[in-house]
Amino acid sequence: MTVTAPPAAPETGRKVSSGAGSSGVGRSGPVAWMVLPALVLFIVFGVVPLVGVLLLSFTQWDGLGAIHNAGLSNWKSVLSDSQLPHSILVTFEIMILSWLVQTPMSLLLGTFLAGRQRYRAFLAVLYFIPLLLSSAAIAITYKALLDPNFGLGPGLHLDFLTQDWLGRSDLAVGVVIFIVSWQFIPFHSLIYQGGVRQIPTTMYEAASIDGAGRVRQFFSITVPQLKYTIITSSTLMVVGSLTFFDLIFVLTAGGPGDATRVLALDMYKRGFMSNQMGPASVIAALIVLLGLALALLLRRLGGSATASQQEGA
Amino acid sequence: MAVATSNSGTTTRPVRSPSFRARKLLQLNWFGGLAGWIWLAIVLVPLYWIVVTSFKDQSAYFTQNPFALPSAPTTNNYRLVVESDFPRYFLNSVIVTVGTILPAVGISFMAAYAIIRGAGSKFLAGVNGLFLMGLAIPLQATIIPVYLLIIKMHLYDSLLALMLPSIAFSIPLSVLVLTNFIRDVPKELFESMRVDGATEWGMLRGLALPLTRPALVTVSIYNGLGVWNGFLLPLILTQSPDKRTLPLALWTFQGQYSVNVPAVLASVVLTTLPIVILYAVSRRQLLSGLTAGFSR
Repeated sequence: MTVTAPPAAPETGRKVSSGAGSSGVGRSGPVAWMVLPALVLFIVFGVVPLVGVLLLSFTQWDGLGAIHNAGLSNWKSVLSDSQLPHSILVTFEIMILSWLVQTPMSLLLGTFLAGRQRYRAFLAVLYFIPLLLSSAAIAITYKALLDPNFGLGPGLHLDFLTQDWLGRSDLAVGVVIFIVSWQFIPFHSLIYQGGVRQIPTTMYEAASIDGAGRVRQFFSITVPQLKYTIITSSTLMVVGSLTFFDLIFVLTAGGPGDATRVLALDMYKRGFMSNQMGPASVIAALIVLLGLALALLLRRLGGSATASQQEGA
Repeated sequence: MAVATSNSGTTTRPVRSPSFRARKLLQLNWFGGLAGWIWLAIVLVPLYWIVVTSFKDQSAYFTQNPFALPSAPTTNNYRLVVESDFPRYFLNSVIVTVGTILPAVGISFMAAYAIIRGAGSKFLAGVNGLFLMGLAIPLQATIIPVYLLIIKMHLYDSLLALMLPSIAFSIPLSVLVLTNFIRDVPKELFESMRVDGATEWGMLRGLALPLTRPALVTVSIYNGLGVWNGFLLPLILTQSPDKRTLPLALWTFQGQYSVNVPAVLASVVLTTLPIVILYAVSRRQLLSGLTAGFSR
């Protein structure tokens, strides 16, 4: 269905149609109304809240009563609070470590799945099951699975599996990273599978004639050819990791102590548990800014022209 | 795009001799193969454990080997889940998912149609830019103002409160994917229909709709899965038990019956089952839905 669309289609398509559009300016009137329902809903529940985050960060509100102006006091108190650096640190720790686990594994699995053998197609069917489960279901499962008294470790009498996984702060972060990988590696493998299949096979043929082994081919052809796929996948991983909420909330609720209190959880706890919507909005604004900054940074890494092409493609 | 071709390509693509050698090399990739089988185990072990345990009674859970098949299989756990109002939560999830997807895909399709057909209009180009920017807004970060809005609209603790923000946040990606598809419809087809006196609305229904049906399915599945599994909106925008959707119900059920692990796992199986069935029936659409807009 989409096979015929070259990656650059959006760009060229836009140029062609804007050229033809000069004759159609008069006609754009009758169509324009069709955009209105989507536009109105998106403005009310997307744009307004985005502006609202910023506005609320300068107010004092307990979530129920009246909203009062608070000036810069929320920003001052949050930025000088020792909780914030900790949350940022944990967020980045989980972001970077889960990237480091997921990217090589997804690359490897994606390359493996790009082969067209039947058993690989069958394996792929099974790999993708974790993508169907809700984060809440996954967190609940692992909570039971890792229980130090009744979980898998004690059940199998395996001492190395019998740890207080979610009760020790060093282990809890590792568990979150493992579960995130379990949940999302299939998704990124799928993206890489698509990328690998687009690499011209002639490149591999030329390399094998030149005597390059498979490992060499992987690093000299597959990985460089996947540059933009890697950037797309990494952007999704990195920006997505800012919004891990469901999983951590159900799994540890930010604990033990504050060990897994990432920014999204910090926002929730301040806002909906301590009823301080102002400071919580400051955190929300920081999440938005951080997400935009990271997305732009990764986009720059890919070179702007090609990155936008990739995004549209 | 590779996703769409991948599965159909398995059987139809002929192996030609020049590319054969390269394929052979991919086939012999033993390291990848090793990783592939290990990953399979990592994926399947917890899933197997969930299913097996959900058929054990509590005493068997404490005494039996975790991976052993239940010595006396029981469906009591499932009965407990069903009796704990899960049919109600299931219905809520269906209402919210369908009530989000139909309007979301409908208005996104109209918007995408307008953006393509009205190309050249500065207004529509601006709207398109706004939607593209919307791709970068995370729902989580806007939850506090959304909560305020829902309270002000007197929608707090209603299913509609869950649908409206979900619709809004599914618009950007839906419009992106659908514009890419409508753009592929040959212009001549629109011209000839227009000459025949068709209105824009008639062309939308008679031409664009049938030709972009695969994309509509893809977009529906992508958004549908997100809404079905959504946790944050129900957690914050609803309160009473009869408004719970499945993920939230799972969480409260787990809080209530945390000692009864087999029952908790039965609830996990039951809430996931509808999607697994959907997956079994329409794997290809679901997978392309999962990567909608990313690997096209």
